[in-house]
Amino acid sequence: MTGTLDPTVVNLVVFVLAVFVGYHVIWNVTPALHTPLMSVTNAISSVIIVGAILAAGPSEIDFGSALGAVAVALAAVNVAGGFLVTQRMLEMFKKKPKAEKK
Amino acid sequence: MSANLVALWYLAASVCFILALKGLSSPETARRGNAFGIAGMTIAVVTTLAIVAKGRIDLILVAMVIGGTVGAIVSRRVQMTQMPELVAAMHSLVGMAAVLIAVAVVNNPGAFGEHDPLPRGNRLELFIGSFVGAITFSGSVIAFGKLAGLGKKFRLFSSAPVVFRGQHALNLVLAIAMIGFGCAFFLAGGKAWTPFLVMLGIAFVLGVLIIIPIGGADMPVVISMLNSYSGWAAAGIGFSLNNTMLIIAGSLVGSSGAILSYIMCKAMNRSFFSVILGGFGAAEGAVAADSSQKTVRSGSAEDAAFLLANAESVVIVPGYGLAVARAQHAVKEMAAKLIAKGISVRYAIHPVAGRMPGHMNVLLAEAEVPYDQVLEMEDINGEFGTTDVALILGANDVVNPLAHEKGSPIYGMPIIEANKARTVLVNKRSMAAGYAGLDNPLFYMDKTMMVFGDAKKVVEDMVKALD
Repeated sequence: MTGTLDPTVVNLVVFVLAVFVGYHVIWNVTPALHTPLMSVTNAISSVIIVGAILAAGPSEIDFGSALGAVAVALAAVNVAGGFLVTQRMLEMFKKKPKAEKK
Repeated sequence: MSANLVALWYLAASVCFILALKGLSSPETARRGNAFGIAGMTIAVVTTLAIVAKGRIDLILVAMVIGGTVGAIVSRRVQMTQMPELVAAMHSLVGMAAVLIAVAVVNNPGAFGEHDPLPRGNRLELFIGSFVGAITFSGSVIAFGKLAGLGKKFRLFSSAPVVFRGQHALNLVLAIAMIGFGCAFFLAGGKAWTPFLVMLGIAFVLGVLIIIPIGGADMPVVISMLNSYSGWAAAGIGFSLNNTMLIIAGSLVGSSGAILSYIMCKAMNRSFFSVILGGFGAAEGAVAADSSQKTVRSGSAEDAAFLLANAESVVIVPGYGLAVARAQHAVKEMAAKLIAKGISVRYAIHPVAGRMPGHMNVLLAEAEVPYDQVLEMEDINGEFGTTDVALILGANDVVNPLAHEKGSPIYGMPIIEANKARTVLVNKRSMAAGYAGLDNPLFYMDKTMMVFGDAKKVVEDMVKALD
C-alpha cells in the first residue's frame, strides 16, 4: 500500500456516498411536493455553471472560452428560473389563515 | 484562494444542497429548504468567480445576467399547467451546458487546472458526462415538443408514439457505435477531436430516438427519467473536472429523478423497460370495449349539484381532464360552497394525476385549496366506505376497479377506490376509454351518475346550481 491516491478513486468515494444520501433524502420528500422537487433539483444540477465559469475564465478569448460563456448563460437561465419558480410554487403551499379551515 | 479553501467552500455549498432537498419533506419547511438551495448556489458561484478573478470576469458576468434575466422572466410568466414543459426545457439546458463544458475541456484542459494533454481517466469520465448530456439535451427537446403540443406541426413531437420497423435494432447499433467512438477517444491521446465529435453527434441522435416512441401517457416517467439524466450528466462533468461539489449535486439530482421514475412506473403498473422501449397505446385492441349492452345513467350538472348538496362527506378525485380544462379554480369555488353548508370536502390524489409527479397538488395549491384537505391515495382509500359522494373529475384509469381483477391488463395497478363510495359522480367529456384503452366498469354501476361535458363548464354549472 504505497503511492498517491488517484483523484478518480476519491471522486468515486464521494459519488457513492452522495447517491446514498440522495436516496434517503428523496424518499422522505412528501409526494405533494414532487413538482417543486423536480424544479429545485433542476436548479441544483445547474451548479454545473461552475464548470462553465472555469471554461469562460481564461484571459484570452478563444473557442473554448466562448463555449464556456454560452454554457454560463444557459446554466444561469436554470439557476434563476429553477429557484424562482420553486419559490413561486412553494408560496402557494403556505398555510392559509384559519378562515379557510372547515 | 487556496485549493483547500475552495474545497471547503464547495463542501459548504454541497451541504446546503442536501438541506434544500431535506426541506421538501413537508410544506412547512420547504421554503426554508429553497433558501438553503439559493445560498448553496451563491456560495458555489462566488467561490468559482474568485478562482477566475484574473480572467474575463466581465464576459462571465454578462452571460450570467443575460441568462438570469431570461430565467427570471420565464419563471414569472409560466402557468402552473405548463410546469412539465418548463421542466423539460430546463433539463435540455443542463444537458447542453454539460456538452459545451466537455468540448471546452477537450479544447483547453489547462483552464480547468487539468493536465494537458488530458489524462486517460479524465477522458473516460468526460466521454460519459458528455454523451449523457447530449442525450439529455435532445431527449428533453423532444419531450418539450410533445408536452407543448407541437405534434401537429412536427411529426417528431407527436404525443402519439412514433415507431418504425427496426427501431430497437437501430438504437442498439447506434449505442454500440457511440461507445466505440467513445473508446477511441479514450484510447487516442490528447485532442482526438474526430472520435469525440462523432460520438457526440450519435448521442444527440440517440436522445431523439429514445424519446419519440414514448406516448403521451408515459410523460411523467419520461420527465423524471430526463431529470435523472441531467443529474448524472452534471456528476460526470464533476468527475472529469475532479470537482466533488458537482459530483455531490449531480448524484443528488440523479437519484431524485431515478426514484421519481420508479414511483411513477409503479403508480402506472408499468415496468421501467416497457416505458423506455415505448409504443404504449399502440398495442391495444385486444380488450375492445363492449359498452353496447351496458347502460349508463347520465345526469345534468344541476342533478349532480343536488346530490352534492345533500351529502355529508364528499371526496373529489381530480385527474388529467381537470388539468387540461383548467378547472381547478372552479372546483375550489364549488368546494367552498359545500364547506359553507357544513359538508366535509377532501381531495384524493393519485400519484400520476396530472402530467408530472405532484402536478395536481401544485394546481390545487394554486387555486388556494388548503393542503390539509388534499390527501394522497394511500391515506384516503380506507375512507371511501363512509363517503357519501365521490366526485371524479376527468380521471379514468386511476379509478378503474378492473385493477383488482386478475387477468385484466391493469391488474395490480394501485387505484383510488372511489367505487366504494355510496354515490359516484363522474365528469368526463365522452365515454372514450383512458390511456390504458380499457372500459371502466365503474361507469356502469347502479350508484354511478355520469355528467358529460368539459370539466370547467360542468363545475361552473354546479357552482351556479348550488346557490
